[in-house]
Amino acid sequence: MSKELLFKYVLTLGDDALILGQRLSQWVYKGPFLEEDIALSNISLDMFGRANLFLEYAASLKGSTTTADDLAFKRNEREFSNHILCEQPNGNFANTMARQFFLDAFYKLFFEKLAESEDEQLSAIAQKSIKETTYHFRHSSKWVIRLGDGTAESHEKMQSAIDNLWMFTDELFEMNEVDNNMLTQKIGVDCLTIKAKWDQIIDEVLSEATLKRPENIHMTSGGREGIHTEHLGHLLSDMQYLQRAYPDAEW
Amino acid sequence: MSNNNLPTWEVFIQPKTGASFEHAGNVHASDKEMALQNARELYTRRQEGTCIWVVKTEDIVSSNPEDQQSFFDPADDKLYRYPTFFKVSKKAKGL
Repeated sequence: MSKELLFKYVLTLGDDALILGQRLSQWVYKGPFLEEDIALSNISLDMFGRANLFLEYAASLKGSTTTADDLAFKRNEREFSNHILCEQPNGNFANTMARQFFLDAFYKLFFEKLAESEDEQLSAIAQKSIKETTYHFRHSSKWVIRLGDGTAESHEKMQSAIDNLWMFTDELFEMNEVDNNMLTQKIGVDCLTIKAKWDQIIDEVLSEATLKRPENIHMTSGGREGIHTEHLGHLLSDMQYLQRAYPDAEW
Repeated sequence: MSNNNLPTWEVFIQPKTGASFEHAGNVHASDKEMALQNARELYTRRQEGTCIWVVKTEDIVSSNPEDQQSFFDPADDKLYRYPTFFKVSKKAKGL
């Protein structure tokens, strides 16, 4: 029972990285300019690397012959447990940066706590991820500031990106049955305790970017239970195409 | 893709602590922070360095190729400028 819960916990971490990595990879060759194209691709690859670590661990918990690839390419939409913020479309560059900024700030705090996990594997992956995430956060937060405090047009686009994605941010801090169980076992992170710090980081950056923090926005969630927005299905059909069309194909 | 609005920056990488910075190439960026980040993305992802300098290309003062003759007049007739009369000890490293 406990192993099943740990599997679910690790799976969400893997799914978040996988889906976000896939989203970011959609910028490849479409970046606003060459250097940023490379930056987004590099961050995407970091996410895939992280996804691989988590999904391999999840697969080992599942036992039998399950592999990380099975988890990535042979599950349906409803079986994915990523936060719905990760699957939101790239939109314009400001949308991508807002999504990244919210998630980087969250994962920076999350991994710092997860590094203290009594589960050695999770602690090790978290420690490796902290360095990456620190850089990712620096990249995305600077863009939020640059665009927010830029021209009238960039300010407006950045504000609207922040406003549009805000509704998905509460889900990051929801504690479900799995989270609570993992917390009791000193394996998982208490997301409620990092919420205040996240708020503070977001406020600081938004203030420097001359952007307004959204208020009175209806929050939505469900990703952890497999209830996703319509965007995830399209993303998966693209990402899983090869395995679906040619099951177990090998190079 | 358009780079029309972004200035270029020259990137210098220090391969290891204490070594001289070497010119690595250039990047496009709108500000210092972005220049450093882009330089990191392009030139140091495989642990090529320990430190990066970026400087706006337009801030670099270059000699003019037309002045080459007067600037870099071959010193063939000034043998005394070359330290060829010294013997280098085999123990001296890094020369």
